[in-house]
Amino acid sequence: MAKTHQSARPNQLFRNLNSKIASIPMIFVALVIFLGGSVWTVIYSFTNSRLLPRATFVGFDQYERLWGSARWLISIQNLAIYGILSLIFSLVVGFVLAALMDQKIRFENVFRTIFLYPFALSFIVTGLVWQWILNPEFGIQHIVRSLGWETFEFNPVYDPDIVIYGILIAGLWQGTGLVMCLMLAGLRGIDEDIWKASRVDGIPMWRTYLFIVIPMMRPVFITTLVIIASGIVKLYDLVVAQTSGGPGNASEVPAKYVYDYMFQAQNLGQGFAASTMMLLTVAIIIVPWAYLEFGGRKRG
Amino acid sequence: MTTLSVQTPHTNAFPPGATSLPEASAVSGEHSVSIRDLSLSFGAVTVLEDLNLDIHDGEFLVLLGSSGCGKSTLLNCIAGLLEPTDGQIFIKGRNVTWEEPKDRGIGMVFQSYALYPQMTVEKNLSFGLRVAGLPKEDIAKRVARASAILQIEPLLQRKPAALSGGQRQRVAIGRALVRDVDVFLFDEPLSNLDAKLRSELRVEIKRLHQQLKNTMIYVTHDQIEALTLADRIAIMKSGVIQQLADPVTIYNRPKNKFVAGFIGSPSMNFLDGELAEEGGRPVFKTNGVSFLLDGYSASEPLTPGRKVVLGVRPEHIKVDADIAGEEIHEAIVDIEEPMGADNLIWLKLAAHTLSVRVGGARRYAVGSKVRLGFDMTMASLFDAATEERI
Amino acid sequence: MANVSTFDTTSTVVTDAAVLATTPSRALEGPSGRKPKRRLSRRNIILYGTLGLAALYYLLPLYVMVVTSLKGMPEIRMGNVFSPPMEITFEPWVKAWAEACTGLNCDGLSRGFWNSVRILLPSVVVSIFIASVSGYSLANWRFKGSELFFSILIIGAFIPYQVMIYPIVIILREIGIYGTLTGLIIVHTIFGMPILTLLFRNYFTSLPEELFKAARIDGAGFWQIYGRIMLPMALPIFVVAMILQVTGIWNDFLFGVVFTRPDSYPMTVQLNNIVNSVQGVKEYNVNMAATLLTGAVPLIVYFVSGRLFVRGIAAGAVKG
Repeated sequence: MAKTHQSARPNQLFRNLNSKIASIPMIFVALVIFLGGSVWTVIYSFTNSRLLPRATFVGFDQYERLWGSARWLISIQNLAIYGILSLIFSLVVGFVLAALMDQKIRFENVFRTIFLYPFALSFIVTGLVWQWILNPEFGIQHIVRSLGWETFEFNPVYDPDIVIYGILIAGLWQGTGLVMCLMLAGLRGIDEDIWKASRVDGIPMWRTYLFIVIPMMRPVFITTLVIIASGIVKLYDLVVAQTSGGPGNASEVPAKYVYDYMFQAQNLGQGFAASTMMLLTVAIIIVPWAYLEFGGRKRG
Repeated sequence: MTTLSVQTPHTNAFPPGATSLPEASAVSGEHSVSIRDLSLSFGAVTVLEDLNLDIHDGEFLVLLGSSGCGKSTLLNCIAGLLEPTDGQIFIKGRNVTWEEPKDRGIGMVFQSYALYPQMTVEKNLSFGLRVAGLPKEDIAKRVARASAILQIEPLLQRKPAALSGGQRQRVAIGRALVRDVDVFLFDEPLSNLDAKLRSELRVEIKRLHQQLKNTMIYVTHDQIEALTLADRIAIMKSGVIQQLADPVTIYNRPKNKFVAGFIGSPSMNFLDGELAEEGGRPVFKTNGVSFLLDGYSASEPLTPGRKVVLGVRPEHIKVDADIAGEEIHEAIVDIEEPMGADNLIWLKLAAHTLSVRVGGARRYAVGSKVRLGFDMTMASLFDAATEERI
Repeated sequence: MANVSTFDTTSTVVTDAAVLATTPSRALEGPSGRKPKRRLSRRNIILYGTLGLAALYYLLPLYVMVVTSLKGMPEIRMGNVFSPPMEITFEPWVKAWAEACTGLNCDGLSRGFWNSVRILLPSVVVSIFIASVSGYSLANWRFKGSELFFSILIIGAFIPYQVMIYPIVIILREIGIYGTLTGLIIVHTIFGMPILTLLFRNYFTSLPEELFKAARIDGAGFWQIYGRIMLPMALPIFVVAMILQVTGIWNDFLFGVVFTRPDSYPMTVQLNNIVNSVQGVKEYNVNMAATLLTGAVPLIVYFVSGRLFVRGIAAGAVKG
C-alpha cells in the first residue's frame, strides 16, 4: 500500500561520500601500486627492457638468462641457506626465550628490553657492527687465537664458504627479539587454567609445552612464520652493509640482484624477471597461509 | 529466520482508520512514528521482514524480545544508523527513510551509555548542539534545563570516568534531552546496571515520560521493564512482531504460544491435549484427565477432537482453600521452591509437571496431595499446530 | 624473633627467611614435603643462567660499538674488539659527526642526519594521517568494496618492495617528483600504509560502536567524528604508530638509495657509504661512532617508549 509513496533511494555512489574520498589514498595504493605495480613488473619481465622499459616481448628469455646466471644461482642458494636456518633458529630460540620469560621471572622488563633492542636498529647498523665483531684481525677469530688456539679459523667476512653464516648470525641477533615477543604474547594468550589442569594431572612442564601449549599456539607460529619468511625474502640491507655481496659473489641475495640489475647494470628486464621470481616465492608462502587464515574463517 | 508462521498482528489492535497512510495521519498528528513494510537483510540473513508498526504521539512503546530477534536492529533503522533493504520510515509524518540520523528529530540512549570519554558531562550534553552551531546562550539554557530535570547539575564538570553507572546513564538520557526532539529511542538502557539501580532508574524513566510526554521507543529483553514502563508492548521474534498490545492484554490474552511463554516468570504451564465435549460442555482432555473449560472466552468454536495446548499461569491455579467454585483436580507435590514473598510448588498432575504460585507462608510437604482449581477465565488455549490463540 | 629466642636458642642466629630457605621445618605439623620456593633452586639457576647468557649475547654488539668508538686507532690495532678502552677519546665521535667523507663531501654524518630529519618529520605526519583516516573509514564507515581494498593492501604488505619499486619510479618520474623529498615522503606513506591502516582499523573497531552511533545522532559528520571523538581517544595508538614510523623510516635504506639523490641521502645510506668506502685507511673507531650515531635515534625512541614499542610490533603481527 505504501509502495506508491516510496521515496527515492539516494544514489548509492554518493552515500558515505566522505568515507570514500578519505579512502582514495588507500584504494590508490592497493589497486595502482600494489596490484598494478606487481602486474606491470610481471608483464615487463617478459620484455627485453634495458635502460628504459620497452614493450618488446621476448617470452621467457630473461628467465632463461636468469637461471643460467651463476650470480643468481648463488643468490638463490644463499637465500635458501639463510632462510631455512634463520626460520629454524629464530623460531626455536624465540620460543625458548619466550618460554623462559613466561616463568614469572623477576626483571622480565629488563630482559625483554635487552632481547628486543636490536630490532629497533637498522639492518645497516646491524651489518656494520657484526662486520666489525667478525673481523678476522681484531674480532672473534683473533680473540680465540690469542687464547692459545692458534689454528682457529672463523672468518665469515672474507671466507666465501661461510660468509652467509656470518650474515645469519647478524640477522638472528636483530630479529629473534621480535619472534620472542610474538611468542610471549601467544603464551600469555593461553588460558591459565590449562597450566593448572596440567599441574593437577601431574604432567611435566616440558611435556605440557610440547604436547599442549605448542599445538595450541599453532596460529601464532603460523603468523610468525609468515612474518619471518616474508622478511627473509626481502633480505637486502644487511648484506649490503655487512659484505656488499662479497667476497666476490659469495653472499649475493636475490633482492640485491634485482636492485643491481635495475639501477646499476641498467638491465631492467633481468631485474623484473628476478623480482618476479621473488614475488613467486612470497606467493608460495602467502597463498596457503591466506587460504588457511581467511578462507577457513569464512567457512567457520 | 522463519517468517511464515505468524502474521504481523498489529492491525487487530487498531481501529481501521489507524492504518491509513502516514500523510493523512500527519495532519491529525496521531502517529509519531510509522514503519511501512520494513525489511532488512545482511546478505542471505533476513533480520527484519515486511514489518509494519504505528506508534502514537506521546506513546511509550517497548520492543521486547530475546537477543537476535531484531528489536535493536529495528531501533537502529528508526534512528537512521542502519539502512533498510526495503520499506519506509515516517517520523511526524515525514518520510525519513534516507535521512541522516541528526535530521530525524530523535534522541537515543545506549546500553553502554556511549559517553564521549574525553569530554566533561557538560561537553557531552552540548556536543550535538555545538556541532549544529547553536548560539552559546541557547546551548547553556538547554543544558541547564536537562541537567535540572535529571538532577545532574553537580556533575557537569566531571568526566564520565568519574561517574557511577547510574549517573552515566542519566547523562546519556540528558544528551537525548537537550536535543529537544520528538522521539526518544532507548536501546536497552538499563541492562548494564545492577538490579537495584535498574529498578530505581526504571521509575525515573517512567516519571520522565509522564513529565515530557514525548514518544518513547524502548528496546529491552527484560519483561519486567516492558510490563512496568510500556503503554504498549511489541513482542518480537525472528524479525516479526508477534503481538502488539498493552501490557495487560499481552499478559492475560497472549496472541500465541510464544508470547505466552515469553511473558511471565515463572513461565506459563503448558499442557498438550485435545478438545472434547462432556455433557454438552467443552472440556480439555489430557492423558485421560478432563478439564472443564467453563469461563474460557474463545474466539473460535471449540470443536471436539482439535489438538490444542492449554496454558495456565502459575498464579491462576488455585490451591485448597483458595478454590472458589472451580472444578477440583488432585495433584501430588513434587518440589517446593520458597522464594520469600511467594512459594512456588511443582506438582504432578496427569503426567504433567505444573508450577503453582502460592503465598510465601503456605508450605507443602513433598509427596503430599493437594487440590487444585484452574481459573479458566484467565487461561489460554492454543492450536497445537499453528500455536495461535483460540 | 625475641620471643622465639627465649625458647629455642639454636634458631636465633638464623633469620626467618633463611629458615624457610634452608631447613625443612619439622617443628610445625604441616605439609610433609619441602616448601619448593627457594631462591637458588636448580631450576632458577638454569632459568636465570640461560636468560643471562642470552642477554650477554644481545648486549655484546652494543658494548663493542661503544668501546670501539671510544678508542684511538693505535689502541684498536693492538687489542681486540672486546677489550675496554685504556684511554678514552671522543675524537672518533667528532670525526664521524663532522668530518667523515663520503665521496667528495667531507662534512661527516651530520649532513645525513639532517637529511633524515627532513625526510622523517613530514613522512611520519603524512603517513600516519592518511593511514589513520583510512583505518577509521574501514572501521566505522564501511562501503561496498572497502574490505576488498583493505585485503589487497594487507596482502601487498608481503610483496617484496623490489617488485613494486620500478613502477613507482616511473609514476614519480611522470609527475616530476622523482628524486625529490616529496617523492620519498609519498613512498614512505605508501609502504607504511598496510601496517598502519591495520593498526588504526583494529583500534577503531575495538572502540564501542555505540560511541560512534551516539556521535552520529548528535549530528557529527565524518570529519567531526574523526577529529572530535575518535582522535582524542586514539592518542595511545597514535604514539604506537609514531614509534613504528620513526624507527621504520629512520632505518630505511632501500628507498633512500632509490628515491633520493646523493646530496640528500638519509643517514643510513651515508653511514654505509662512509663505512664501506674502499678508499683510504679504515678507521674502525670512527665507523663505530658513526654506526652508534645512526642507531641512536631509534634506540632512544625504543628505550623511551618501552612497552608501547612492543605493543606496536605485536599489534600488527599477532592478531590481524
